Amino acid sequence: MSDQTSPGVWQLSIDLPSERGSNRQVTDELLTQLGAYGWPPADVFAVHLAVEEAIVNAIVHGNKLDVSKKVHVECEVSADRVRVAITDEGPGFDPASVPDCTADERLEAPSGRGVMLMRSFMTRIEYNAAGNAVVLEKVRGPAES
Amino acid sequence: MPTHKRIDVSKVGDVTVVKFVDRKILDEAGIQELGAELFSLVEHDNRRSILVSFDNVDFLSSAALGKLITLDRKVKSVQGRLKMCNIRPEILEVFQITKLNKVFDIRGEEAEAISAF
Repeated sequence: MSDQTSPGVWQLSIDLPSERGSNRQVTDELLTQLGAYGWPPADVFAVHLAVEEAIVNAIVHGNKLDVSKKVHVECEVSADRVRVAITDEGPGFDPASVPDCTADERLEAPSGRGVMLMRSFMTRIEYNAAGNAVVLEKVRGPAES
Repeated sequence: MPTHKRIDVSKVGDVTVVKFVDRKILDEAGIQELGAELFSLVEHDNRRSILVSFDNVDFLSSAALGKLITLDRKVKSVQGRLKMCNIRPEILEVFQITKLNKVFDIRGEEAEAISAF
């Protein structure tokens, strides 16, 4: 893990093993940094949810829990922007192929909500062409009065 | 009375009130245990009026939503009633984004929810 702080920006780059829960430490550190940079609790919740869903997808669906494969995570946090890039070693997927979990016939399906939650809670999410890397970005909104 | 690791179970009148032990519901093994304990309330303990209170919960992942959906189905399949209460705004937003607020009977505080059974 490399953890460096340039003025006003906290950065971290780490390779995670493809095991459930292997992201716990990096997620906790990310949340701690968001708090340290003064992000409001609702935004911290949003980033937590999106990052958790994305990393679990990478470990379980991307690398299929293959311990010989890693999930690469890069984080950048500043006072007004957070960016997390997550890359797995799987074949990728087409995010447009994920069915709409809010369609009536899918409403009670037990899974398939992670990508929609990521899109809703982050300012921007972008997959690469192969579909095995995603960038999550949130820009801090104006303070609530 | 079976022992539970992931939930606290009490009764208020005829209503079974369920509270989560964990503040953050995201660990896969924990979610599997949580699901098993919730389902057993319906399948083994024959509880038919269940209130799930989120007052201890700060975070839950989409995997946990799946267990709540399955619980809702199981309760409905035996003509029981499931309600949820004390949900913090961020988690309520998760239910709204996924439109699960249309599936679940979501109430405000516990007393209001119990009186609605």
